[in-house]
Amino acid sequence: MRNVVLFGLMGLLIVGTGLMQGWNLALTIVNMGLISGVMALGVNLQWGFAGLFNIGVMGFVALGGLATVLVSMPATPGAWSAGGIRILLSLVLGAATIVAAVLVQQRMEKGRMRSVATVAILVIGFFVFRAAFDPGVEGVEAINPASSGNLGGLGLPVLLAWPVGGLLAAGAAWIIGKTALGLRSDYLAIATLGIAEIILAVMKNEDWLARGVKNVIGIPRPVAYEVELQQDPGFIERAASFGLDPVGASTLYVKLSYGVLFALVLILLLWLAQRALNSPWGRMMRAIRDNEVAAEAMGKDVKGRHLQIFILGSAICGIAGAMMTTLDGQLTPTSYQPLRFTFLVWVMVIVGGSGNNFGAVLGGMLIWWLWVMVEPIGLWLMQVITSGMADGSWLKDHLIDSAAQMRLLTMGVILLLMLRFNPRGLIPER
Amino acid sequence: MDFLNAIVAFANFVFVPGLAYGAQLALGALGVTLIYGILRFSNFAHGDTMAFGTMATILVTWLLQSWGVSFGVLPTALLALPFGVAATALMVLGTDRAVYRFYRKQKAAPVILVIVSMGVMFVMNGIVRFIIGVEDIGFADGERFLISARTFKEMTGLDEGLAIRTTTVITLVTAAISVALLFWFLNKTRTGKSMRAFSDNEDLALLSGISPERVVAVTWIIVAALATTAGVLYGLDKSFKAFTYFQLLLPIFAAAIVGGLGNPLGAIAGGFVIAFSEVTVTYAWKKVLGYVLPDSLAPDSLVQLLSTDYKFAVSFALLILVLLFKPTGLFKGQSV
Repeated sequence: MRNVVLFGLMGLLIVGTGLMQGWNLALTIVNMGLISGVMALGVNLQWGFAGLFNIGVMGFVALGGLATVLVSMPATPGAWSAGGIRILLSLVLGAATIVAAVLVQQRMEKGRMRSVATVAILVIGFFVFRAAFDPGVEGVEAINPASSGNLGGLGLPVLLAWPVGGLLAAGAAWIIGKTALGLRSDYLAIATLGIAEIILAVMKNEDWLARGVKNVIGIPRPVAYEVELQQDPGFIERAASFGLDPVGASTLYVKLSYGVLFALVLILLLWLAQRALNSPWGRMMRAIRDNEVAAEAMGKDVKGRHLQIFILGSAICGIAGAMMTTLDGQLTPTSYQPLRFTFLVWVMVIVGGSGNNFGAVLGGMLIWWLWVMVEPIGLWLMQVITSGMADGSWLKDHLIDSAAQMRLLTMGVILLLMLRFNPRGLIPER
Repeated sequence: MDFLNAIVAFANFVFVPGLAYGAQLALGALGVTLIYGILRFSNFAHGDTMAFGTMATILVTWLLQSWGVSFGVLPTALLALPFGVAATALMVLGTDRAVYRFYRKQKAAPVILVIVSMGVMFVMNGIVRFIIGVEDIGFADGERFLISARTFKEMTGLDEGLAIRTTTVITLVTAAISVALLFWFLNKTRTGKSMRAFSDNEDLALLSGISPERVVAVTWIIVAALATTAGVLYGLDKSFKAFTYFQLLLPIFAAAIVGGLGNPLGAIAGGFVIAFSEVTVTYAWKKVLGYVLPDSLAPDSLVQLLSTDYKFAVSFALLILVLLFKPTGLFKGQSV
């Protein structure tokens, strides 16, 4: 009952926004809200189900975005022969080096010999890798650097990128989980924070991959283009029957189709997460979360289960990242900021209710709505506060200019208040 | 001669910058490690505490400058530093009273405190951005160089110059003074000893009549002083930008953990280890090697192991290595 009321209120907020500020904005908020819901679901899986403290969400989201480029963009002509193959082979070489080092660590007897062998393999492997890798990169980046200079993608339908984004994130999560999951909670937190920064650094620097900070634009869409709709007589007629002009109707239609796609993904994932929560597996997860020692004594494989759920949660974040990049139609690595893509998602989960899937989704929608709305509200507030001041005084200008910075402050205050007075969230775990 | 040139080039581009950066990281890591030792959680708001302190100092600096006060060859910000420390101390004490104390009384799990510190991080970040904006702000004034590259070349007749910037010297001197004061305080004074006792064994410390609230308050004040100093030195050396300070969190944590969380000596060592690894791995060695190696072997490429943007990767890789092979850090830290 409480859930229905809360989701109803959320719907009212959206409708209110639509009536007050136009349906275009309302639909934009809904679309990003749905994506935020998916991200929150992923973090909730890790934190709410298993108590894993992952603050590298941004990295997985960015990997999802990378997947969109790699899957859906057309391949750059000539890039593969100019060095693409070479890059791939040298990456395999690099991976082989690391595998060899790990094998040496595992197989050889502990002692000075082992350390020397490991270091030697890593150092020699690194230089061999760079020697093989660098010419390939130069070759690829030399191709028409103003518009491409990267490998491009596979030219497949963009919808395929969503599961691929999940897989890419899952792969990264496997590597991270293997190394960092045995650590204490705050060590894991710092490790994931670092990994996210590194993923971002790779995406910004490796121009051959996705053009780095030069951004990839014009990613294909899974839905119709506005321009085509505006030229379609059937669409214009239908728009007119609703009393809408073709331009406005076409933007609404495109946003609505995105919304339907996102909602389908969210509902599917929500259903799966609910099934998982109420299955023996979900109960085991919560048992592990509440008392690791006891669960281990009962014969549960704590480390294995942690790795499993870490991968699953990260994959969901990857899917959300792919969806977001599809919605934007471009990949801009500089736009990924930890405050926005990691910590904000955490606020969503905690406000919504950690451990409850519906709570996480509600939190995602609500906090996203607030994130967008705080700016106009803050501006309005500042105008009210400063209305008594003389025009042109520096304090007034400063306050109004700074209103945009109210967002972080508001989110922090909400998080702190929630943790203090309602730590179980809006929809608590049952 | 070539060999001397190589040494000077090395000192100019690797050693001196690494020394300054290491001192800044060490001061930051000391704050993190003290919080961890006494309050027993990883404070994610530390980067933003540094930003707040620096912001307060910059504001006072501007005020002093507008009054025409200056510190001669030294940056005015050093005069403003005590005021910045005071403002930051008030702020963190207020935060402790309003936020952290509640969870301490409840004996909340460390991970809850970490999430709470995330909330504090948001608020502080918001306040800093609100007050001073998001732009890059340079606030170093006074003499720029103690020895400029050209003077050095003229003095020694070498091809390579060694520029010693005033900020580098100030960083090292200030850091040395701060660390000496801190260790004197921790080892010689009664309050400092009670802090160490509290960090080693809380129950025993409480039993022997140490007031926990007093220890916590003193810790926050020291942390505020360290964070502000670290932030101001970093800002003088480079520039102030709210977002950069948030990003400093990662190398600072890496330094604290590599040295051993909760161990002040480890934090200092960790700071320098992280700084030097970052600088050496991302420096283009071409020049130095060109002097040392015979001409036939001189490298054509830059001999840069990784591009500068991967410096996070370096601190992170070190962090992971230490966590995997020596989880308590180089110096024995606490592991809970």
